[in-house]
Amino acid sequence: MADYETFEHDVLVIGAGGAGLRSAIEASAAGVRVGLVCKSLLGKAHTVMAEGGIAAALANVDERDNWKVHFADTMRGGQYVNQWRMAELHAKEAPDRVRELEAWGAVFDRTKDGRILQRHFGGHKYPRLAHVGDRTGLEMIRTLQDHGIHQGIDVHMEHTILSLLKDGDRVVGAFGYERERGRFKIFRAKAVVLATGGIGRAYKITSNSWEYTGDGHALAYEAGAELIDMEFIQFHPTGMVWPPSVMGILVTEGVRGEGGILVNKDGKRFMFDAIPENYRPQTADNEEEGWRYCQGHKDARRPPELLTRDHVSRCIVREIKEGRGSPHGGVFLDISWIKQKMPNAAEHIKRKLPSMYHQFKQLADIDITEQPMEVGPTTHYIMGGARVDPDTQMSRLPGLFAAGECAAGINGANRLGGNSLSDLLVFGKRAGEFAAKFAGENQHGRIDRDELDTVARDALAVFDRSDGENPYTIQKDLQDTMQDLVGIVRDETEMCEALEKISDFKTRAERAAVTGNREYNPGWHTALDLENLLTVSEAITRAALERKESRGAQFREDYPDKEERFSKVNTIVSKSADGSMRVRLEPLPEVPDYLKRVIEENG
Amino acid sequence: MKTATFKIWRGDAKGGEFQDYTTEIAEGMVVLDAVMQIQATQARDLACRWNCKAGKCGSCSAEVNGMPKLMCMTRLSELPLEKPVTVEPMKAFPVTKDLVTDVSWNFRVKKKIKPFKPRTPDAPDGTWRMQQEDIDRVQEFRKCIECFLCQDVCHVLRDHQMHEKFIGPRFLIHVAALEMHPLDTENRIEELRNTQGIGYCNITKCCTKVCPENIQITDNGIIPLKERVVDEFYDPFGWLWRWLKRKSDSRIEIRES
Repeated sequence: MADYETFEHDVLVIGAGGAGLRSAIEASAAGVRVGLVCKSLLGKAHTVMAEGGIAAALANVDERDNWKVHFADTMRGGQYVNQWRMAELHAKEAPDRVRELEAWGAVFDRTKDGRILQRHFGGHKYPRLAHVGDRTGLEMIRTLQDHGIHQGIDVHMEHTILSLLKDGDRVVGAFGYERERGRFKIFRAKAVVLATGGIGRAYKITSNSWEYTGDGHALAYEAGAELIDMEFIQFHPTGMVWPPSVMGILVTEGVRGEGGILVNKDGKRFMFDAIPENYRPQTADNEEEGWRYCQGHKDARRPPELLTRDHVSRCIVREIKEGRGSPHGGVFLDISWIKQKMPNAAEHIKRKLPSMYHQFKQLADIDITEQPMEVGPTTHYIMGGARVDPDTQMSRLPGLFAAGECAAGINGANRLGGNSLSDLLVFGKRAGEFAAKFAGENQHGRIDRDELDTVARDALAVFDRSDGENPYTIQKDLQDTMQDLVGIVRDETEMCEALEKISDFKTRAERAAVTGNREYNPGWHTALDLENLLTVSEAITRAALERKESRGAQFREDYPDKEERFSKVNTIVSKSADGSMRVRLEPLPEVPDYLKRVIEENG
Repeated sequence: MKTATFKIWRGDAKGGEFQDYTTEIAEGMVVLDAVMQIQATQARDLACRWNCKAGKCGSCSAEVNGMPKLMCMTRLSELPLEKPVTVEPMKAFPVTKDLVTDVSWNFRVKKKIKPFKPRTPDAPDGTWRMQQEDIDRVQEFRKCIECFLCQDVCHVLRDHQMHEKFIGPRFLIHVAALEMHPLDTENRIEELRNTQGIGYCNITKCCTKVCPENIQITDNGIIPLKERVVDEFYDPFGWLWRWLKRKSDSRIEIRES
């Protein structure tokens, strides 16, 4: 048996984005010893990329806002397959979580009377997003990081977890490796919080970085927890499409919040053409009203560009498919037009959207104050993830908690922009709180050393096959497959083909090989991440096949409408005893009457 | 298809050398694209850090043709491709492997800086009031993505290796952001002069030149901090005033006890 360095913590948090950091801070505040594992350096997690803002009904800009409206907006956006309790807790607690950031040093943009400014965003009835220009995620992660480093948390940077350790049903730690030397490490813990983010690297066009390989999803699944809502993947409507090297990089919804419009190659503002019935009463019916909304006129309704992301993405795909796209296969997003409406428009744009200005100027030679941008949908976020108890965030495995993107429930079939950062804070805090409580009530579990040796041996097997296939090639082929066959528009034949290919990729992954040694070897890491990517890709495809309807982010060409029988169920993915992946449908928890009334009143 | 040659430094703490890689290039490519392409096709174990690929996370810092740069924001079209493009790790930090350096010193330094300490809230609901014009400067400093390129180019760290005596431009800006935060009540001036070594900065402004976020590190951050240090320690009237104030404060304490 090999000798592995062992760390002991009461609570181990895996992932150091918004949810992981918030969770670690909370657990630490509860007086337990906390370890925080990050795949990259501290402060580089994907939260840093979030641009638009944190949704919270602070009512600083529009006093009509409150948690009930936010709750109703979230449920409507999620097409009512959300876990109501999570949506309720989220809407009620988000304002406190934002104010707390300010107490920890965050510097949000201000209203004229000196309070936190809020901006409009898709699907939110009132201006609700606390923000810092278009770099809100950076502000959030830096605030949590700078606060967190003084809380006595042990940070393990550039470590990756390969498997969760179990004692019976209970999760009692994790096993992984550090990047620099490639050595394996044991993390013993009384409770483990997964906060690993998303799965974007399963797709070719994505706003996600190399880290987002569904690690938490796969770790939870392999350990025996359930995944829900895996079919719902958010394709953000506006990613860059040109030049090819930047394809997929996010263009914030804040551009549309500030008045940006979507137009096709004929110069037509196409979003007015297909406003869904359930949003018609709250959507502008002319361009002037839409502009007045963005300027903060309370009697105006939102422009159709600010409809939910699933809908806007499909409208963009329709324009492109029907030959009305832009030269490089997108559509135009134009903010420069506002110069017709206001003096100093260029300065205004640069102040409100500084990193977008910078990003286009530097990467695409486009001056967004003068020219339209070319944009198209990009894989951005997965609504699905580990199934957790809404109040405690614990999975069905004792001692295993999950928060943020790798957990599921709050968003239903589609997430509203801005609800992610608030989700990270609200449920990160809850996960940390209840993980600490669990740790306080339990002792360290027993660890099976033989099992660790097996995991270590499997992880090193790629070094023995010097003539095997390049893992980068397999990853690329998988990304192409998911993009083409399980993307924005889906059907049964294509998804069955995808399943066959995924099975084939699994065989190929078992024959992958890397060169060099264990020290900081990205080829090795890519080979190891492949396993997780394949697991989540299969889960996404199987769940999408099971939901034979179109709802929210899932659009099935063979079932283009919403179906009543799928309106109150979640898909549940779990690992069966024989190791195969099982999918079933399960009824949603019934929304209690007081919340039904909230939904009706805020329709 | 057009190709270009990249001279990439390969090695570890024990030593290394440049190796040539020729790869295809396409319109719009940045240096990081080329490095990743080489990694995926020719050198699977080539170590480099990256995350966002959009200039927002500050992971892919390196020296391109001798200039400290974010690889993800350096367009190949800006570089003379008729000769090889050199890509090497930052020089102010020890090499881990290839383009990856050990930047852990930065994290240790930050931990030693006194954290944010807000005044009591302005409103009964626990919130504060701040005017936008009062936070513009702090927001400029808080744009920092911690790429550490300013640390890399600073001669105090790069050439003189004074990591134990000087915190470098990144953390001077961090201190400036805290000191100029309208809500903050902490005082960090004494350690700025002593342990953090602000006096070592002789305002050559190299840090400002390489900052990918265009933060005016020297003019807006370091110089005002230097002025505060001067006011605190070298102004005789200020010194006398504080001495008297300390005297009277201690008298009050004595009375209370």
